[in-house]
Amino acid sequence: MKIIVAIKQVPERDAQVRIDAAGKWIDESGLQWALNESDAYALEEALQLKEKSGAAGSEVVVLTAGPERVGPTIREALAKGADRAIHIDCDDLGMRDALGVARLLAAAIKPENPDLILTGLQSEDLGLGQTGVIVAELLGLPHATLILQVEKTDTGLNVKRELEEGWFQSIELPTPAVLTIQSGGNKLRYATLMGIKKAKTKDVRRLTAAELAVDATPVVVVERIALPQKQKTTQMLPGTAKEAAAALVEKLKFEARVL
Amino acid sequence: MSGVYVILQERDGRVSRASWEALAAGQRLGSELNQPVTAIVLGATTEALAAEAAAKAIAKVIRVEHPLLAQYTADGFIAALAQLIQNERPTQVVLPHTYQVRDYAPALAARLGHVLISDVVSIGDGPVFTRQLLQGRLTGRYRHTGSGPCLISVQAGAFRADTVETGAAEISTFTPMIDAAQIRTKPGEPFRGSAQTVDLGSAQLIVAVGRGIKDADNLPLVQDLATALGAELAASRPICDNGWLPMERQVGSSGQTVSPKLYLAVGISGAIQHLVGMKGSQCIVAINKDPDAPIFEVADYGIAGDLFEVVPALTEAVKAAKQ
Repeated sequence: MKIIVAIKQVPERDAQVRIDAAGKWIDESGLQWALNESDAYALEEALQLKEKSGAAGSEVVVLTAGPERVGPTIREALAKGADRAIHIDCDDLGMRDALGVARLLAAAIKPENPDLILTGLQSEDLGLGQTGVIVAELLGLPHATLILQVEKTDTGLNVKRELEEGWFQSIELPTPAVLTIQSGGNKLRYATLMGIKKAKTKDVRRLTAAELAVDATPVVVVERIALPQKQKTTQMLPGTAKEAAAALVEKLKFEARVL
Repeated sequence: MSGVYVILQERDGRVSRASWEALAAGQRLGSELNQPVTAIVLGATTEALAAEAAAKAIAKVIRVEHPLLAQYTADGFIAALAQLIQNERPTQVVLPHTYQVRDYAPALAARLGHVLISDVVSIGDGPVFTRQLLQGRLTGRYRHTGSGPCLISVQAGAFRADTVETGAAEISTFTPMIDAAQIRTKPGEPFRGSAQTVDLGSAQLIVAVGRGIKDADNLPLVQDLATALGAELAASRPICDNGWLPMERQVGSSGQTVSPKLYLAVGISGAIQHLVGMKGSQCIVAINKDPDAPIFEVADYGIAGDLFEVVPALTEAVKAAKQ
């Protein structure tokens, strides 16, 4: 089974972000980056499927689009066990909308003819939650979203889909297919020292956005980004931990009257 | 080409709450653009849903009916809605940002050569659509360009369902062409993960813990606070993903929705998926080391500090106050 995992590098969760001068994105200088969390779960699912299948010729290929800085994230995925990588070298990702990014990915996926395409359900930076679904549409493949478990069957796949408020559903679908993976379905592995060593020799194929020749004109454009408006006035309680705790208990008892 | 279409979703045989919120957003757009609002219901039989929608102050209800729409599939819904939209050519299509919509709306938009603006929290003049970025740390204002329909999905709780007034709309039916072979997925019946033994929904006081707790071994710290308060212990998704607390204690879009008297969030940054499950709480307290964490946007009281110092101090203060 050949599995492609589309991953994204995103700002590290606790990173301090500043809006850039143009007011259209964040200032990326000095920012720490990480592998998007649900993409890490997608990679984990792919690696486990390959291990379970045991078939000769099975492979896991990671695919990402982004500028030079995504290199370490690709190496991290290779160190965890992906066999090779495709890097779409592209520094105008922020200028493309969800369809534009999906077009890039789909164009890179198509000649690979994979049996399965996995990606995380949404990115932690833009949070659009659309890329996998659009890729499926562009490639004419069936898809399922918010998937926690994937099982290979004789005819295709049986997947466990998360619904809202603690409900789930099984879905059968043929392959090739696209699945977007929800976090928490598996336990994530760490890269081993051996894995990190091996990753250095694994193949990373570079493609440019130009050679994929897809339409980059956005339909949806960002006008401006800003700090969120507060929905409530928050009373911040200063002082030492002890002082703040004492003040909070007072407030909860006599002002909010919830204790 | 004109009109604002709102796609309603069914839940337990009725129009869902999130759909009424989407309708409220549709009406906001309708008055901004001076265009009539039409509600769309889909299914194998939609008479009851259509009647419910027609009792609202909108222009029209369209029943999109086909036997192959009896159960939700992305293939069926995309085929039916793409035909409807190509036929009727609305300028705006509004959907509730539910798991179902997330499953098909991005592909529906792509089939039409357009892009869904997902998880919209407000609509401004223009119209411009505001959505959250970086887990709620920033917001972005988006605009749809080009000709053709603008599709948006609206976040749960962002628009008020009770602003939709009653009325009497005309009802028509649209029969899409769908072939059984087009539907490639076979969905099973929904099922519950495990027997629910914790009903967070009825808890009066909740102490919820997030990633800031760092390790499962540190959980007794928040458990002690919950015990001192007589509160239920809850968690954000990552804590349950790691298996540190059972899934049934999860609050958020994929877990339970709660609205207790007191919701005390410890080490929770406040990602959108968590906030939708708890922002209706009467009093929200946040303890977090990052003063810019989005949880403070919705908190009534906040302590920006190290939870490993603040929580034990708070447990002691609560115990002292109860004596």
